[in-house]
Amino acid sequence: MNPTGTAAPVPGNKPSGRGFLRRFRRHRFAMAGLAIVLVLAFCCYFANIVAPFAQNDQHLLLGATPPSWRHLLGTDQLGRDYLTEILYAGRLSLTIGLSVAVLSTVVGTVLGVIAGYAGRWIGEVVMRITDLFLVVPPLAVLAVALQGLGRSYLIIVLVLAGIGWTVIARVVRGEVLALRERAYVDAALVLGASHLRIVLRHLLPNLAGVAAVSVSVNVATSIILESTLSFLGFGVRPPQSSWGNMLSQASGYVGTPQGYLLYFPGLAILITVLAVSFVGDGLRDAFDPRRKQ
Amino acid sequence: MTAQNPPLLMVEDLSIAFGTEEGTARAVEQVSLRVESGQVVGLVGESGSGKSVVSAAILGLLPNTARVTGSVRFQGTELLGRTESQLRELRGNEIAVVFQDALSALNPVLKVGDQLAEAIRVHDRSLTKKQLHERVVELLDLVGISAPEQRAGLYPHEFSGGMRQRVLIAMGIANEPRLLIADEPTTALDVTVQAQILEVLERIRDRTSTSILLITHDLGVLAGLADRVVVMYAGSKVEDGPVEPIFYRTAHPYTRGLLASLPRVDRRTDRTSRLYRIPGQLPNPHSRPEGCVFHPRCPHAQAARCDRERPQPSVVGDGHVAACLRIEEIG
Repeated sequence: MNPTGTAAPVPGNKPSGRGFLRRFRRHRFAMAGLAIVLVLAFCCYFANIVAPFAQNDQHLLLGATPPSWRHLLGTDQLGRDYLTEILYAGRLSLTIGLSVAVLSTVVGTVLGVIAGYAGRWIGEVVMRITDLFLVVPPLAVLAVALQGLGRSYLIIVLVLAGIGWTVIARVVRGEVLALRERAYVDAALVLGASHLRIVLRHLLPNLAGVAAVSVSVNVATSIILESTLSFLGFGVRPPQSSWGNMLSQASGYVGTPQGYLLYFPGLAILITVLAVSFVGDGLRDAFDPRRKQ
Repeated sequence: MTAQNPPLLMVEDLSIAFGTEEGTARAVEQVSLRVESGQVVGLVGESGSGKSVVSAAILGLLPNTARVTGSVRFQGTELLGRTESQLRELRGNEIAVVFQDALSALNPVLKVGDQLAEAIRVHDRSLTKKQLHERVVELLDLVGISAPEQRAGLYPHEFSGGMRQRVLIAMGIANEPRLLIADEPTTALDVTVQAQILEVLERIRDRTSTSILLITHDLGVLAGLADRVVVMYAGSKVEDGPVEPIFYRTAHPYTRGLLASLPRVDRRTDRTSRLYRIPGQLPNPHSRPEGCVFHPRCPHAQAARCDRERPQPSVVGDGHVAACLRIEEIG
């Protein structure tokens, strides 16, 4: 009927309906990262099944021993199996990392979109508040806030998220400022779409990549920030444990034969952070249908 | 439809000015035009003649800084001064637009079918998923996209330029609007694809009751498609009439210049002869000439007359008007 059939071949049997998964699966590092995160999370949250020993199973006479077949990661100064302790501590670290990342990304994205899309004085007010949060050194705020509010891990999450949203808000605002000038926003407008609809249907899908990266970066930074806090003594307190406060308790062993007490929680943090970043990378690429490989 | 019914679109004495640092830019001055039901009206002019500003005014898309006077009536009701939410009812539903740049007017991260479905859902939420999909496929088919079923699942970057333009047209007619404003729909395309797109517009004209306001700088595009042609120059309407007299009994010197500057295969040119061009340039909107806006470039301009008096549209034929002081003398 018309000669356009030749204009572009229809990609044959490619499952274009599942493009997102297909694109993600092609990203090897992301797949590896996802596997690591899932295994790690499984081991931590099901530590009562997976861990070789019971939590807080102390053998004071044993003391700190180096890794052996019986204790794969050795034992700590109280004679507890270190692998077991790391798995249990991971619950808190992962929970804090993930919930802070998601919470701060959501808050940051919402505020960034408002600032970018509404523009004018609303945008200015939001961005000045963001600046205010950015110029205050986060550690100081955290330390003071945790002293004043108590240190339940919910409070830690809220406080960390209260600081983490600022960067993503700025990034999202910048993106929105560029996106709202695109012709398809005008096109949606003349199709009769409301502003809410434009934001939800046209802007957010374009922001998904940025948000994914933000989540992964925030997982990493908040696990590290929590570790720093715990290390300084403002974070999680024994008997609750996180990777951060394991590090802080082991800090005295730097340069002694028991240095492994420091390495293993540190390694757990490192692996988690790396794996999550790879996942974030993969997500960003998968959210962009134009990316080819 | 009886004669008493108001025209579908009636623009009267529309003037649009923008305050800028260099003073007031008068983008459009006293332009009137009408589109009757089922008609295709072409709006022609050079870049900068104000034709896109007119379409933005019809849609209520002008920035707040624009000063607008006159009236734009759609089916008898005034559009100027309407609120955003009142306009939203109309946009896409009664009046739709096809944009010029098809690549940037489509959202790169949404599948073509989903974008089309979105255009429908904005105004009609009653359709089921299946009905919606069927409608999308039907629309893609109507604008001449082969294998619409599969192509609905592709992203814009997987489409060629002509196909993207077809998708935009499909979005425009998704809700069977009364009026479709096509703003230079063929400009970014090469000539063969251009012809196909025009064919699609023709099909819409023949198969639906949608009227089309076709904005273009290419008179050739209008010859086979338009019922009426409105010619704009430097923000003013210079000629307006049915398509035949515009082409064969051209009244205004500017329109004549435009026609003469079209390359034609049936007119022999040797190496020495050149394509005609209208001398001079479009005047700056901050300082339009006194009198007739075209007089500095007009071969028929008369001193002490064309540079003083503002020509008013005068009837030169059946439904054919031209704004030229010397229309009698040069005709």
